[in-house]
Amino acid sequence: MLGPDVAWYVAVAAVLFGIGALGVLIRRNTLVVLLSLELMLNAGNLALIALSRHWHNGSGQIFALAVMAVAASEVCVGLGLVVALNRRRLSLDVDTLSELRG
Amino acid sequence: MSTLVAASAGNVLVWIVWVVAVFSCLGSGIAVITFSNPFYSALALIGNLGSLAVMYLLLSAEFVAAAQVLVYAGAVVVMFLFVIAYVGPRRETPWSGGPSWQTVGAVGAAGALLVEIVVAVGMQANGSLHSDGKVGAAFGTPAWVGRVFLIDHLLAFEITSVVLLIAAVGGVILGSHTRRTA
Repeated sequence: MLGPDVAWYVAVAAVLFGIGALGVLIRRNTLVVLLSLELMLNAGNLALIALSRHWHNGSGQIFALAVMAVAASEVCVGLGLVVALNRRRLSLDVDTLSELRG
Repeated sequence: MSTLVAASAGNVLVWIVWVVAVFSCLGSGIAVITFSNPFYSALALIGNLGSLAVMYLLLSAEFVAAAQVLVYAGAVVVMFLFVIAYVGPRRETPWSGGPSWQTVGAVGAAGALLVEIVVAVGMQANGSLHSDGKVGAAFGTPAWVGRVFLIDHLLAFEITSVVLLIAAVGGVILGSHTRRTA
């Protein structure tokens, strides 16, 4: 295999996952939290594809495609929530959205 | 001899592409979580997804790389940009004073998560991630992915389609005008 070992790809995936987790924890805008979630999902995808290449097994790539579909679903529902919040003139700050009632 | 030189030149080229992709991936990832305007964050996510697609290509996953660009850069980010434009420019209120205990705790938790992942993967792999081995020319091509997906993983394919359908219905229900419960 030309280029770096699979271990390097997995390390990059771990760092990217850490960046995404940091974004989810420190940011307060709902939209940026969703974007950071995308970062974490993509880090998982990178690890899946790297290990799929390592084991010469296609299931990792199939799992990555399934993760992509789930990420699209998550964005669909999450952005629907953001639009609903905006229509009710609520704040998009995750710290103020603390009451779990209609 | 000449084939050896050509192979090492190709190796250097792949390394250069990989390093550039990694720096752009991690840099745009940091940009996503540091820009105060969500519009710029969404634009930085495009760079992140593009450099990830380059890495998928280096891992001989051509179909997943193409799907990544189509699904993420083509659909997900565009949807984000539309919603950000709809919601309007809302800058995050800046932190008052220095970093709060929440920020410090978040940085500590993210660092602990990173260390945990690295330690767990390193212990589990136990040095076995260094083998190379060539894959067949068909590995990662659309025909191969289609065969694996529709023969070996047909149930996953069907469940994925049902999940997407449910999400689409949920998005419509959440965004519909007729629902008034307030």
